Amino acid sequence: MDYKFDFGPVWDGMPGLLMGCLGTLYLALAGMVLATIIGIGGVILRDSRFPPFRWLIKSFVELIRNTPFLVQCYFIFFALPLLGEQLGVLMFDFGLTDKAGNVLRLSPTATAVIALGVNGGAYAIEIIRGGVQAVSKGQIEAGLALGLHRAQVFRLIVLKPALRAIYPSLTSQFTLLTLTTSVASAIAAYELTSVAEDINGRTFRTFEIYFTVTLMYLAISTLMALLFNAISRRYFSYPVK
Amino acid sequence: MSGQELLFLLSGLKWTLALSAVGFVGGAIFGLLIALARTSPNKTIAKAAEYYIGIFQGTPLLMQLFVVYFGLPLIGLRLDAWIAVAIGFTLHASAYLGEIWRGAIQAVPRGQTEAANALALKYWPRTRDIILPQALRISLPATIGFLVQLIKGTSLAALVGFTELSLAGKFIANQTFRPLVVYGVVGILYFLICWPLSLYGARLERKFAAASR
Repeated sequence: MDYKFDFGPVWDGMPGLLMGCLGTLYLALAGMVLATIIGIGGVILRDSRFPPFRWLIKSFVELIRNTPFLVQCYFIFFALPLLGEQLGVLMFDFGLTDKAGNVLRLSPTATAVIALGVNGGAYAIEIIRGGVQAVSKGQIEAGLALGLHRAQVFRLIVLKPALRAIYPSLTSQFTLLTLTTSVASAIAAYELTSVAEDINGRTFRTFEIYFTVTLMYLAISTLMALLFNAISRRYFSYPVK
Repeated sequence: MSGQELLFLLSGLKWTLALSAVGFVGGAIFGLLIALARTSPNKTIAKAAEYYIGIFQGTPLLMQLFVVYFGLPLIGLRLDAWIAVAIGFTLHASAYLGEIWRGAIQAVPRGQTEAANALALKYWPRTRDIILPQALRISLPATIGFLVQLIKGTSLAALVGFTELSLAGKFIANQTFRPLVVYGVVGILYFLICWPLSLYGARLERKFAAASR
């Protein structure tokens, strides 16, 4: 082996890489929040009495879960602006806007957050739905019979056990979402992998850079797992010891 | 989109299927070893397998592909691009399948092992004839679920510059300036492969859940 390892360029780029970590965490956090909102909203529509809503959410979940995240990113980033142009003209014609601009041209970071949220949301819908179904109807009736308010029943009998049931799957989905942010480098969103590609383009220390960045991702996901475990112990462990 | 462009997409699809197949078969072989190591009575081997799984589950697939793709030439292996990428997917799949099958092996009731021991079966016959057949059945829904993940994951080979379905789609979209149609077709192609598998996995899961109730 005649290759000499040189981690110098990686060390020089460390401030940029650490900023990239913040970019990754930002994307991950924003994606998780959006995924949770889509997840909760989706479950409400999924189990609504109006069949078209149920049908719509079911198709959305199947469509998102059976296509790659990268293609979803490309679609939102490259294809949606074309629809946005048409939509902008239409809105101008109807006097909704004062000029015919593109309403769906998104920045790389906005695209990444939306793609992460939509993708994670489709998985969250299935996970949350499982949790809600885990609470049996008899328990709700028992709570009401004990003279609890509807709000108390929801908080003490429905919400907490449901959260407890979905917590492990939801947090592992969130960790996966965090690792998926690296794919957003494909549309040049600002995060760790795109910073690494930038340094690689200037120094050509390809292996050293990606090896280091891999370790940084490992550190991020390990810290997240520790945090999720701590939250679980604090809020979701049964009081009886 | 002309017929020729569609044909180019289909040739990309061929590579997507080839990568998925090689990654899954290779991953299944190594994954079985990982699962056996993870459930091994030898503590050192079990711990090593646990770290192996943890590293692959704690880092992005894209980084794993980059490190393998650019790392293999450094240890003197100059391979075809597609073989290098396939090795990356094989390692990735072995860790995930190893963890899935670890769970399945441990889900086989303990009495089965004890009964096999009582019949004086040694480790290998006991594992091969008693434990693994039952574990395979338990693990089937999750294994199919991972296969879908893997097929979708092969799209990341596009980012190391390997022309499979996603990258073929990007080329065509840039050439024709019709990303809406092209990415729509690419998405539909992935969907047509993954959806039947997902449905089959969900059906098996319901069937097993009903059987164990």
